[in-house]
Amino acid sequence: MLTAQEGSLSVWALGIALWALSLLGVSCQREVRPFQDFSVASARTQKLVESPFQNNAYGTAEGKRLFDQFNCSGCHAHGGGGMGPALMDDKWIYGSEPTNIFESIVEGRPNGMPAWRNKIPDQQVWELVAYVQSMSGNEPIDVLPSRSDHMRSSTPENARRAQTPVQTHTP
Amino acid sequence: MMFAIGGNQSALNPHGPIARSIVTHTWWLLAISIAVYVVVMAALLIALARRRRESDDLPATTSRLTRNVGVAVVLTVLTLIGIAASSVVAGRGLYSPSGAGAITVDVVGHQWWWDFQYHDVTPSDVFTSPNELHIPVGVPVVIKAMSTDVIHSFWVPNLMGKRDLIPGIVTNTWIQADEPGVYRGQCAEFCGHQHAHMALNVVAEPMDEFLTWIQHQREPAAEPSTDLERRGQQVFLQSPCVTCHAIRGTDAGSHVGPELTHVASRLTLAAGTLPNARGHLAGWIANSQSIKPGNRMPPNPLAPDDLQAVLAYVRSLR
Repeated sequence: MLTAQEGSLSVWALGIALWALSLLGVSCQREVRPFQDFSVASARTQKLVESPFQNNAYGTAEGKRLFDQFNCSGCHAHGGGGMGPALMDDKWIYGSEPTNIFESIVEGRPNGMPAWRNKIPDQQVWELVAYVQSMSGNEPIDVLPSRSDHMRSSTPENARRAQTPVQTHTP
Repeated sequence: MMFAIGGNQSALNPHGPIARSIVTHTWWLLAISIAVYVVVMAALLIALARRRRESDDLPATTSRLTRNVGVAVVLTVLTLIGIAASSVVAGRGLYSPSGAGAITVDVVGHQWWWDFQYHDVTPSDVFTSPNELHIPVGVPVVIKAMSTDVIHSFWVPNLMGKRDLIPGIVTNTWIQADEPGVYRGQCAEFCGHQHAHMALNVVAEPMDEFLTWIQHQREPAAEPSTDLERRGQQVFLQSPCVTCHAIRGTDAGSHVGPELTHVASRLTLAAGTLPNARGHLAGWIANSQSIKPGNRMPPNPLAPDDLQAVLAYVRSLR
């Protein structure tokens, strides 16, 4: 027979084990590498409204790589803003939803943002969307990139304070 | 081990001076190790089988045994020093060419493909040959190795030992083939998702054939000759292909992905992953992620007619 104290201890132990198991499930989803979610059929006719790389560490990290490679920093300066608007603050001129960001990249925006339609494939645009969201901390902290491949003076994405999005432009 | 001896990707089937010196060294080390093992085991068995005798405790026997142990230690140390010295001598030869290098080729490692750059004093004669290294037979070719992302390792087992490609550093090595043939190489340093599909072909050919190849590679891409090919070129230049690939003679000039100027003349696609055939190329363009998951080329959902046109055009780039 268990005493009452031992009984409550074993309930605790069971609870902790279940909690640890559930964490395992969460982290699995986060670390999935969805290489093949974009089949041949997913041309732009079938518009995605939800970012397939939302809450996904791989997609966000790939977005970070592409952000450098496509020279987004040329105007947005690693998110701090320059010729283009800052991306790490709380101001969103054209909306903070993944579809808004997707459209900003694909369709372009007035005052200098080029349209990348037919230049950047959809999969990579969605990866960029995930990274742009992460720049202002709007992704779970365990998804955010923790460091850069190269030396950089700005705070790593996962150490930034999450900004509450504010839309500054009404279409 | 025996079945691994033949073939065009085997260190035990040498076709060049470096690989031969490595394999000779390997066999010597193996033979010496076996001999030492046999002698030690024989001594052990004799000692186990031998019975204790009255005379064993006499001072004369003890001093004889001490001398025997001394001789055994000296022999062991001499063997070790000999092996170490021959390793150093053999190792030094691996990285300094046996003669004046005929040509110098840069090998640049990317995740997950190889780029071979052939230099020339005339800038327009510089070209790159992704995943396929052509070398003339019988002369040393100097290799300058570098990497754009992570550490890779250049290894053609039939011709040479491994050489690491380190970002930010240029490492040197050389390669030489004694007879014509196609030798397969492989990345030998784990470099990420598709490390296992990062292979290359070394095509060793007689000097005159090699020079013909160089001449051909220097030329810009063939102009499209049919309507379908012309349409394919248009699609290529207006779609995301042009963001990463270069085709000399057209507006495509990016070197993020492999150059495609003479892609149809190569033996394989996707760094030794697929035979260079029309069907494989179609699958690769449409959804390379189903063939080599994680590779840097995104899926390209082209309309069927556009895909056919691009295929016709790319297949015409001989």
